[in-house]
Amino acid sequence: MASAFAILIGLQLAGEVLCQTLHLPLPGPLIGMALLTVVLVARGSAGTAGEHAVPPSLLKAANGLIANMGLLFVPAGVGIIAELGILRREWLAILAGLLISTVLGLAVTGLVMHHVSRVAGARQRSAPEVPAE
Amino acid sequence: MDHVLLAVWQPLGLTPLPWLAVTLAAYMLGQIVQRACKGAPLANPVLIAILIVSALLEATGTSYARYFAGAQFIQFLLGPATVALAVPLALNLNHVRRSLPGVGLALLAGSLTSALSGVAVVAWLGGGREAAFSMAPKAVTTPIALSLSQEIGGVPALTAALAIAGGIIAAIVGRTVLRWLRVEDWRAHGLAAGVAGSGIAAAQVAPLNGLAAAFAAVGIGLNGLLTAAFVPLLAMLWPR
Repeated sequence: MASAFAILIGLQLAGEVLCQTLHLPLPGPLIGMALLTVVLVARGSAGTAGEHAVPPSLLKAANGLIANMGLLFVPAGVGIIAELGILRREWLAILAGLLISTVLGLAVTGLVMHHVSRVAGARQRSAPEVPAE
Repeated sequence: MDHVLLAVWQPLGLTPLPWLAVTLAAYMLGQIVQRACKGAPLANPVLIAILIVSALLEATGTSYARYFAGAQFIQFLLGPATVALAVPLALNLNHVRRSLPGVGLALLAGSLTSALSGVAVVAWLGGGREAAFSMAPKAVTTPIALSLSQEIGGVPALTAALAIAGGIIAAIVGRTVLRWLRVEDWRAHGLAAGVAGSGIAAAQVAPLNGLAAAFAAVGIGLNGLLTAAFVPLLAMLWPR
């Protein structure tokens, strides 16, 4: 458990340092995520991390954090009550914009992903020189 | 009775413990409600916990700053949790690489749609430039959204509120909307959650399926990069 948290915090720190020194447009934790992905894939083979490439304690800690990720957003979410003033003034425009843009964003992303990967998958299947996986 | 409560609360209220415990309890209660509702998306534990905690703050006359002094320890774990998304991502990287054309096109289409429609609807309904550009970067992961909002003349605090609210909406309606559109693919569900609802929507879909978690992680990261590139250009079209 301690080693898993050392890995996660250490890579977040490395991400923050890279973000500061190279003025990257991504926040530290996302850079840390990219770093850990690279490390895990390098430990695996054939360009992907097999189960053996992920230390068991890291797998357990990561699954635990991901399973309860919603909890971690509650403190920031409570902060909405501090913004009630602006929200009250333009509530209709803001609420409609929020609902419509979120649903459209979801639908367009999901639909394009679904149809492009179906077409790509069909092409892969119909090409005999590509071995089935 | 009130005096007894007050006598206990006052010294404890100075430590971070009570509001930490309240936040955890509220979230657990949210999970219990969700289970009791057979996993109905509207019974979202994040939303329930936010409502309970907000009501308690209101009832006890506690300021948000005071609450956050305790609850920040929970928020701190968001960093390591984001790094932890690398685990499902690395385990499923072969799937991600194989569907790279789909990911690129879906990301471009979804990200542009989300930001443009947000700005357009706010402007159309008579909202000001401030509100519109607080909306533009709201689907992006919060740290990027805040600095973008600042850069293009939005209100960062409002953007933070919109990012959370949009994430909750995406978490609540995401799976229903996509299934209604006959999209059953976990890759598409994960990517759409990451692009349209960032961390909160990803938190809803990631525990359900490793493939969805990997594509949600990709969606959050790439959407951040893309939005940071084009939203400032959009802001130039509507000068202050």
